[in-house]
Amino acid sequence: MKQISNMSRRSFLLRSAAVGGGLMLEVTLPKSGLAEAEQTRAEAERTPEVTAWILIRPDDTITIRVARVEMGQGSFTGLPMLVAEELGCDWSKVQAEYASTSEHLKRNRIFRTMLTGGSRSIRDSQEYLRTAGAAARLMLTSAAARRWGVPVAECVAANSLITHTPTQRQVSFGAVAAEAAALDIPENPPLKDPADWTILGQPAQRFDIPDKVTGKTAFAIDTRLPGMVYAAIAQCPVFGGSLKSVDAKKITDMRGVVKVVRLEDAVVVVAKESWWNAQQALRALPIEWDFGEHANVSSDSILEFLREGIQLEKAPVSRHEGDIDSAFASAATTIEADYYAPYLEHATMEPQNCTALYTEKRVDVWAPAQNSEATVAVTAETADVPVSRVEVHKVHLGGGFGRRGLYIEFVRQAVRIAKTMPGTPVQLIWSREEDIQHGRYRPVALVRMRAALNASGEPTAWSVRQAEQSIFSAVRPHLIRDGVDIVGVRTFVDAPYAFPNMHMEYAMRNTHVPPGPWRAVAHTHNPFFRESFIDELAHAAGQDPYQFRRTLLQTPQASKDLAILDAVAEAAGWDSPLPEGVHRGIAVQDAYGSYTAAVIEASVNGKGELTIQRVVVGIDCGYVANPDSVRAQLEGSVVYGLTAALYGEITIKAGRVEQSNFHDYRMMRLAEMPTVEVVLRPTGGFWGGAGEPGMAPLAPALCNAIFAATGKRIRSLPLKNHDLRPA
Amino acid sequence: MIALSVNGTEHRVDVSSDMRLLWVLRDILGLTGTKFGCGMSLCGACTVHLDGEPVRSCVMPVSIASGKNITTIEGLSTDGSHPLQQAWVAHQVPQCGYCQTGMIMSAAALLKKKPQPSDTDINEAVTNICRCGTYTRIRAAIHTAAQKSGSQNGTKG
Repeated sequence: MKQISNMSRRSFLLRSAAVGGGLMLEVTLPKSGLAEAEQTRAEAERTPEVTAWILIRPDDTITIRVARVEMGQGSFTGLPMLVAEELGCDWSKVQAEYASTSEHLKRNRIFRTMLTGGSRSIRDSQEYLRTAGAAARLMLTSAAARRWGVPVAECVAANSLITHTPTQRQVSFGAVAAEAAALDIPENPPLKDPADWTILGQPAQRFDIPDKVTGKTAFAIDTRLPGMVYAAIAQCPVFGGSLKSVDAKKITDMRGVVKVVRLEDAVVVVAKESWWNAQQALRALPIEWDFGEHANVSSDSILEFLREGIQLEKAPVSRHEGDIDSAFASAATTIEADYYAPYLEHATMEPQNCTALYTEKRVDVWAPAQNSEATVAVTAETADVPVSRVEVHKVHLGGGFGRRGLYIEFVRQAVRIAKTMPGTPVQLIWSREEDIQHGRYRPVALVRMRAALNASGEPTAWSVRQAEQSIFSAVRPHLIRDGVDIVGVRTFVDAPYAFPNMHMEYAMRNTHVPPGPWRAVAHTHNPFFRESFIDELAHAAGQDPYQFRRTLLQTPQASKDLAILDAVAEAAGWDSPLPEGVHRGIAVQDAYGSYTAAVIEASVNGKGELTIQRVVVGIDCGYVANPDSVRAQLEGSVVYGLTAALYGEITIKAGRVEQSNFHDYRMMRLAEMPTVEVVLRPTGGFWGGAGEPGMAPLAPALCNAIFAATGKRIRSLPLKNHDLRPA
Repeated sequence: MIALSVNGTEHRVDVSSDMRLLWVLRDILGLTGTKFGCGMSLCGACTVHLDGEPVRSCVMPVSIASGKNITTIEGLSTDGSHPLQQAWVAHQVPQCGYCQTGMIMSAAALLKKKPQPSDTDINEAVTNICRCGTYTRIRAAIHTAAQKSGSQNGTKG
């Protein structure tokens, strides 16, 4: 409470929830403006800003500002495309730059939100960004019309030129930009009919790629400042434990060592010259931990805890339709199965890191964070300075996948270290071992499903009992309703299948292992459970798994699921013959506002070795900004999703994570790649996400193919733990 | 003092002889295009060339690199004009991009040895990890660069 009241005395309201090292979720400005706002406005008027989003210079070059962060998903290009389409500009003259977070806060959150996650960048900002482009186009057109003294209705803007139609006079955007900037911003400018789009929907080369192939791109970890020192960290191996003592004298003579900084649950060595020096000294540092109360927890004890959740007599109900009891009583066949999925770590290729510089006047931070507003909030709170004295420098992220949205403890750590040495920039880097062992893990889940089939093989009832850890109970209490994590139950409560009777329950089983949103969140394990079980029902009913799904997807609300399922089945040639030993699996899922399906072809040889020959994965995300980026996201999802299905497993022993680096937390590599075919079927009329939905159907499609090949039903992941040899 | 030849420039660095080459490049010489990913020679983000051979600089003591020609991504070309870099852009390979400089260095070493590599050659030479999953485009880009170099060599006779 003290933190909250402290923050309230400042100019900003910070809504926070403290978890582990503490966490700031949202920053909002009060309705009343700041004293600085007017000054900023005056400064802004001297820039080539037409509006906050769009800068046009006299030479006609255009800069479009991007509020979300680029972490590989293509938003740094896709978001400007939304603006440029309505602006009516020459795309070849457009470049992108990050919107400044401090400007954003000074100007009453003018860039709306800087959070990047949930496959939301395009779909949540498309309307205000297209509106921003359309408003600027109207302002530019009005400025030209004024100059000519003609009605604005006689002027049109296209390709960065404004034309007075009756006289064919032309003026470029750059020539009237300053006059346009002085006009009021129209509030509800009309938007183009998507049929008239010329930029959106066309593949565009990404702005960020040229510097990524030369090494010029400076990620946060590449920040280089004069006099910078380096920090290496060891965090208590057992979650919830704390630092007892360190013998700092043992390392004071080691090369470069500046000091040892003790945190509650970690110890940091700061060294000059190189992170290598800091890490070497840290390895030599004698550390004693208080492991706390969870040092006996293991994967086995966690599984037992989940089993208790399955066996509880009652659990909160997440979905109830019809009457399953009578349906089961009159069933010709009843199928029951338990499914399990393990913890997973994100393993962004750029390890967690943060560079911080604390001075009396301000605090500067460079961090690979998915939400720069939260980074400002965490920095201000940690440094105990007003938000207005924080500058967060936005950089491209070396991967995000959900790891660094809600959780940016590395920022808190770096700022704490920096505050102990004012004027000296500090770069904190986590080793890969720290990254794997101190993640925010995709939670474990155990699910029991039952279904009833009648004598004709038609499904009549489906019951689900989920026993799983909640990602959001600790950090987003509003997402917990009557004991149900409303994100955790997705895939089940919104399943489009027409079972006449359904009953679903959710038993929250929170452990000491910190959970977090991992790419696709609940739509990673839940689709594996659901779509594998649907496959079981199809086989029990003696039906083709594709046709069985089709039958259950005949309702109007399932029409888009059905359409993408059909499109992918057709592209894959579902009914066409396969080479000897190769078998197909199929799955469908809607997620993040989009509809996806996959068909996977795989074989298993006599030694039980699995080969994945071909993946066909499709998406209907409604409208598409940059089709090549959507394609790339699906290609990438295949690797991220199949890596998890094949190898992904974080296990717990003595309260800590057993894995530590890529030798025991294995990743798919190039040699293992199947043929990947992406089916883009955008049907328009809505905006769906693209970064995560493609993950959903992969694991079940693969496991269903394995069943077709071997008769072995895979009910737990990863596949590396299974003996696939023929019985 | 240890003598190092990096991208054709001679340096003398005052570091301990067991310091890994990666950190000399990044922290002492400021060549940050070479990346830290694992520290155990597992991911390949730190790949550089030592006398033309691809090595994982995160485990390479700097003393071993002394006296050899070290090439980093900054030395592959100064302007992104290497055929692989151009093919990488044409295929829009990178997503987050963090691993890509290491990927390109692995591929460049391969093309020097085998100007027209087969898929198997690529599988064996490019064992780096990409979490974004750009492998399919990496393979395609290597073939494109190889074809381009091949046809250029052809026209020159």
